[in-house]
Amino acid sequence: MSTLLLLTITGVGLGALYFLIASGLSLIYGLMGVLNFAHGAFLTVGSFAMWFTESKLGGLSVLARFLIGSLAGLVVGGVFAALVELVLIRPLYRRQIEQVLVTVGLGLATVALVTAIWGNDARPVAYPGWLSRTTTVGGAHVPNVTFLMILVSLVVLGALTLFLKRTRYGLIIRAGVENRAMVTALGIDVRKAFTLVFAIGGVAAALAGILGNVFFTTADPNRGTSLLIFAFIVVVIGGLGSLRGTAVASIVVGLVQQYANYYASSGLGDLSVVLLLGLVLLARPRGLSWSFA
Amino acid sequence: MSLLAVRDLHVYLGESHVLQGIEFDVPEGGVTALLGRNGVGKTTTLRALMGLVDRRGSVALEGKELSSTPTHRIVRRGVGYVPEDRDVFAGLTVEENLRLAERDPDPRYELVYDLFPELKERARQLAGTLSGGQQQMVAIARALLNENRVLLVDEPTKGLAPLLVTQVADVLARVSELTTVLLVEQNLGVVKRVARDAVVLDTGRVVHIGPAQELLADKAMVHRMLGVA
Repeated sequence: MSTLLLLTITGVGLGALYFLIASGLSLIYGLMGVLNFAHGAFLTVGSFAMWFTESKLGGLSVLARFLIGSLAGLVVGGVFAALVELVLIRPLYRRQIEQVLVTVGLGLATVALVTAIWGNDARPVAYPGWLSRTTTVGGAHVPNVTFLMILVSLVVLGALTLFLKRTRYGLIIRAGVENRAMVTALGIDVRKAFTLVFAIGGVAAALAGILGNVFFTTADPNRGTSLLIFAFIVVVIGGLGSLRGTAVASIVVGLVQQYANYYASSGLGDLSVVLLLGLVLLARPRGLSWSFA
Repeated sequence: MSLLAVRDLHVYLGESHVLQGIEFDVPEGGVTALLGRNGVGKTTTLRALMGLVDRRGSVALEGKELSSTPTHRIVRRGVGYVPEDRDVFAGLTVEENLRLAERDPDPRYELVYDLFPELKERARQLAGTLSGGQQQMVAIARALLNENRVLLVDEPTKGLAPLLVTQVADVLARVSELTTVLLVEQNLGVVKRVARDAVVLDTGRVVHIGPAQELLADKAMVHRMLGVA
C-alpha cells in the first residue's frame, strides 16, 4: 500500500514538472499556433542561470543562494523567451514551416552553446537540506522536493487561471485562442499578448528547470530536450490550447510513467506514455480538450 | 470629400483575383449599401478595408491612407467592423465579449443596452450558447461601444428569422443617425429601408454606383445586377 502511495505521489510530482513546461507550450500554441520546439531551451536557460548565479554567491547561506539563483533563473528564462518571440518568431507569423525550423534550430543551438561553455557534464546544484529529505505519508517516504513541485505547480495553475479569468490580457488571450483575427478587428494589438504569453511560458519552463535541478540534484544541458518530448505528449493528450486539459494530462502521464516503470518493467514508463498518447488520439483525436473557460 | 475613398483595390486569394481594382466612395452620414450576387467579393471588400486580407491599392479615411496600416490601428482610427458570421467569442460571456471591445475611455453601454436590453439580462451567459439573433446583437453591440467614423457591417440579417430581420433593420436605421455605415446586405427590403447610396459589384469589379432607391426601383436593373426577380 505504501508503495502504491509513494508511486502515486511521485507520479503526481513528475506530472507537476511536466505541467510547468507544458502549460507554456499549450498557451503559445493555443494563441499563436506556434509549435515551439525551443521551449526546452527556456528550461535549460533557466536551469543554468540558476546554477550559474548560485555558483557566484559562495559567501552566502545555501538558502540565500538558492532563492537568489532561482529568481535569476526565472528572470533570465522569461526575458530569453520574450526575446525569442520578438526577434525570431514575430517575423515568421503565418509561416509555420519556418517557425518549426527556427525553433528546432534554436533548441539545438542552445544546448550546443551551453555545452560549449560549461561542458556536457551535469553540474551539482546547492539547495536547502530539507528538500533532499523525505516525509513519511501513510508509510511511504516521499521526497520533500516532490511536495514542493506539486505545490509550485498548483500555485502556477491557480495564478494562470486567475490571470486568464481576471485580467484584460487574460481576456485577450482567451479570445485570441478562439479567433485571433477578430481580436485585432476589435482594435487590439494582439502581438503584445504574444510576447507576454512567450514570457509567461519562459518563466514557467524556467521554474521547471529550477525544480528539475533540485529533483535531479544537478543542472544538465540535455534535460530541456528530454522533458520537452513528454511536455509535447501532455499538450497533445490534453488538447492543444487547453490549460485545464494540460493540467489533467500532466498528472495522467506522470502517474502512468511511474506505475509502468514499477509494476511492468523499468524503462517501460516512457513506452507506456507513448501508447497512452496513441490510445487518446484514437479515441479523441483532439485530445481531452478542456477549454480555457 | 468622401469619408472613405477606395481606389484601384486588388485582392488575390490564392490563385483567384477576387477584387480587380475596385473604386468607390463612401460619403459621410447614412448607409451606403455594397450589393452584388453571391461570391462577387463583397465580404472580401470589407475584409480588405479592415486589413484582414493582403491587398493592393488605396484606402483612405478622411484623406489619410490606410492601405499599409495594420488592422488594430485601422480600428483605432475609427473603423468599426461587424463580420459576416458574427464571430462572437463563444467561450466568453456576453459581458466579456463587450468588455474586450472597449476602446474609448467612456464606452457607450447606455446606447448598447438601450438598443439591445436583452444583452444586459444575458451578461453572464456564454456567447456560444446564444441564438443566432442574440449573437448578432453582441456583434453589433461590440462595434457600437466605441465612437466610430464608419461602421462596416457584413450581412447582419443573414440566417435570421423575419422578426429579427426587422429588429436589425431598426437598429441599422438608428445607428446610421449616429455614424456612417457601409453595409453588405442580401435582403433588399432592408437595403430599401435604410440605404441612401448603393455600390454594386460583379466578379470583383464595381458595375454601378448611385442612389439606392433609384437602383431598387428599376426592376430590370436589379434583376440584371443582383439576379433577383
